Amino acid sequence: MAEHLAHDAAHDDHDHKPHGWRRWVYSTNHKDIGTMYLIFACTMFFIGGGAAMLIRLELFKPGLQFFDPQFFNSLTTMHALIMIFGAIMPGWTGLANWMIPMQVGAPDMALPRLNNFSFWILPFAFTLLISSFFVPGGAPAGGWTMYPPLTLQTGASFPMLIFSIHLMGASSILGAINVVVTIMNMRAPGMTLLRMPLFVWTWLITAYLLIAVMPVLAGAVTMMLTDHYFGTTFFTAAGGGDPVMFQHIFWFFGHPEVYILVLPAFGIVSEIIPTFSRKPLFGYEAMVYAVASIAFLSFIVWAHHMFTVGMPLAAQLFFMLSTMLIAVPTGVKVFNWTATMWKGSLSFEPPMLFALAFLFLFTIGGFSGLMLAIVPADYQYQDTYFVVAHFHYVLVPGTIFGMMAGVYYWLPKWTGHMYDLKLATWHFWLSAIFVNVLFFPQHFLGLAGMPRRIPDYAVQFADWNMVSSLGGFGFGLSQLLFPYIIWKCVRGGVRIGNKAWEGAHGLEWELPSPPPFHSWTSPPSEAVIARGAAH
Amino acid sequence: MIRAKLMSLALAAAAALAPAAHAESGWGELNLTQGVTDISRKIYDLHMLIFWVCVVIGIVVFGVMIWSIVTFRKSKGAVPDTTMVHNTKVEVVWTVIPVMILVAMAVPAARTLVEIEDTSKTELSIKVTGFQWGWNYDYLDDGVSYYSHLDRASNAARELDSGIDPHTVEHYLLNVDQPLVVPVDTKVRLLITGADVIHSWWVPAFGVKKDAIPGFVNEAWFKVDTDKPGLYRGQCAELCGRDHGFMPIVVDVRSKADFAAWLKDKATQQKPAAPPAPAPNAS
Repeated sequence: MAEHLAHDAAHDDHDHKPHGWRRWVYSTNHKDIGTMYLIFACTMFFIGGGAAMLIRLELFKPGLQFFDPQFFNSLTTMHALIMIFGAIMPGWTGLANWMIPMQVGAPDMALPRLNNFSFWILPFAFTLLISSFFVPGGAPAGGWTMYPPLTLQTGASFPMLIFSIHLMGASSILGAINVVVTIMNMRAPGMTLLRMPLFVWTWLITAYLLIAVMPVLAGAVTMMLTDHYFGTTFFTAAGGGDPVMFQHIFWFFGHPEVYILVLPAFGIVSEIIPTFSRKPLFGYEAMVYAVASIAFLSFIVWAHHMFTVGMPLAAQLFFMLSTMLIAVPTGVKVFNWTATMWKGSLSFEPPMLFALAFLFLFTIGGFSGLMLAIVPADYQYQDTYFVVAHFHYVLVPGTIFGMMAGVYYWLPKWTGHMYDLKLATWHFWLSAIFVNVLFFPQHFLGLAGMPRRIPDYAVQFADWNMVSSLGGFGFGLSQLLFPYIIWKCVRGGVRIGNKAWEGAHGLEWELPSPPPFHSWTSPPSEAVIARGAAH
Repeated sequence: MIRAKLMSLALAAAAALAPAAHAESGWGELNLTQGVTDISRKIYDLHMLIFWVCVVIGIVVFGVMIWSIVTFRKSKGAVPDTTMVHNTKVEVVWTVIPVMILVAMAVPAARTLVEIEDTSKTELSIKVTGFQWGWNYDYLDDGVSYYSHLDRASNAARELDSGIDPHTVEHYLLNVDQPLVVPVDTKVRLLITGADVIHSWWVPAFGVKKDAIPGFVNEAWFKVDTDKPGLYRGQCAELCGRDHGFMPIVVDVRSKADFAAWLKDKATQQKPAAPPAPAPNAS
């Protein structure tokens, strides 16, 4: 018997880790799948970023120097689709895979085979989407919002666009189901809902948003598919349809989608700021309720993306007021983060630096969002560079910085090594400076009257476009540091113990670094959970 | 620190507004135009009001953040107050105050919106049709109808590797062959629609942006100040395909007498011709 137990123990040490390509292709392990998601997201970040560099290259000075306008439109369309569906969403799913089981005291995700499937859909979806550059008519050029009738003019890439959207949607829904089931069923005894780390909370709410809205997007693009091939006229006025109906359906997906992109960043920042302030998060419960209210409100504000389509006065007033209301829970979050730092003991390691940049710059994006909510003013801002500046402020120093903060926070845990802190600090300062050089002037361009999605512009917009492009090139180049720092850290570095950061709390820091292949094979004790729940 | 710089940049931007209005060079182009209609000025006022509200909130919030970052540093021996986790009074205050600010903002915004949506008592109706890629203007009561495209000089210069420096082209990409002509001090109603895909008719100086949607007719109106005749420029604001960036709008605002003379002249020119031709496919 004793021999048997010893054998089992020895067996556990081997961790059943498969080797070679099978480890990855057949993987059902949350960490390996998480790693694949993150590598995929990083690859897409650089492909989408490459498209952004080409856009800024063409816009460097007035006149067309490099691209045909149609190809330019393909670049803007593909940049958005790749960044949103290829970089940010899989990036969050990767972090969810890595962290949620460790943070709730589970051995793995609840549905490991589904996990494998939801990841392996993605390379096919994006191969299909990106290869559309090489078919007759070029890649989709109707904008990532895919408004008909324009998108119905797409050439051979039209069905590739629709089918890749279906694949991405399926992948997201399966990933979201896995997150919900894991959080609802796999928490260790004693890990009550209101003890969960905020990253888990925000991801739970994000997962519900995904399950609610991805099918809506699938429905919208399917209707467009049948309009194109099967003679329906959902979006064609000549047949009794309505092109604006597509916009309503799209933004019913699209607005929750922007919170899908940013809520996990809220969660990460809510973990990092307390850690490096050495002080519990201020107003934990208020933070949870604020995220829940933001998620709810996100379903009733969609038409603020389309104030110029000609809606009844009452509808415009409703969407203006509901949109302004979002500022309240968002404000609560910003105030709570600030209060967490107040009377803390702050230090400024790379995760904290990125979290602070998030805090400042996301707030600037919030301010321009508030301005955009004012309908009469929105008539002037709509479809200008002011909007481009607004959503890039919430998506780049907001979402992307939040994600990078998370990677720099947990990378030592994943690898067991501390990364090059000095280089990461360089990465931070270069990113933080260039991101402002890149996007701040776009506020001016929009207010001065430059429409978005144009390949060429009037000469009075030349100066700020040049500044913006220079900022763009600087930002793009600085990002090359990111994979280099990660690669270097994976290869080696100063070994760290369970806790990478002095002020860190949470179950992931109770596990060794790197953690065992199956995270919590036996649930952590109540005492360990209580020690982790710092609030 | 960079944030502090940003804030001062924003303030400098605000300070530089007034002289920026008509500068041709880009550096001074930092803010929204005040425009030449009552509505456009009201929109500008709303824009500045919400901007200053944001600046004030920003100064307070960023101030507290920067203060925390500077004061409560571990390197300066700051000891964390780990008991500070919750304070109902403070949390109620910072929920209620934003609500009050928002209500205060919503009232003037709603008032202006109601005015914008009042399309009654218009004196002149023009049908505006966006097509790939240009505009058609149809003076409904006078039998005058014509197309408006990007002017030839811009069109030549904008070709890929045209070899023409855009700086040498007057009003590059913002000039048309035939502008829309309207009188001052007249409530002009636009009936806006699209011929193929969705476009958006936008002239910043009038505070008007309305989508041109195939199969549907949108209404918008403007009334230019009596003392502000002149040429006002805008662009299509909704992605409409390959040449979306090359379908500008120019409005020639004339005195009432000049406008009447122009309209009469144009009507007699067009009389002998057949009814308005269908939209040209190759433009």
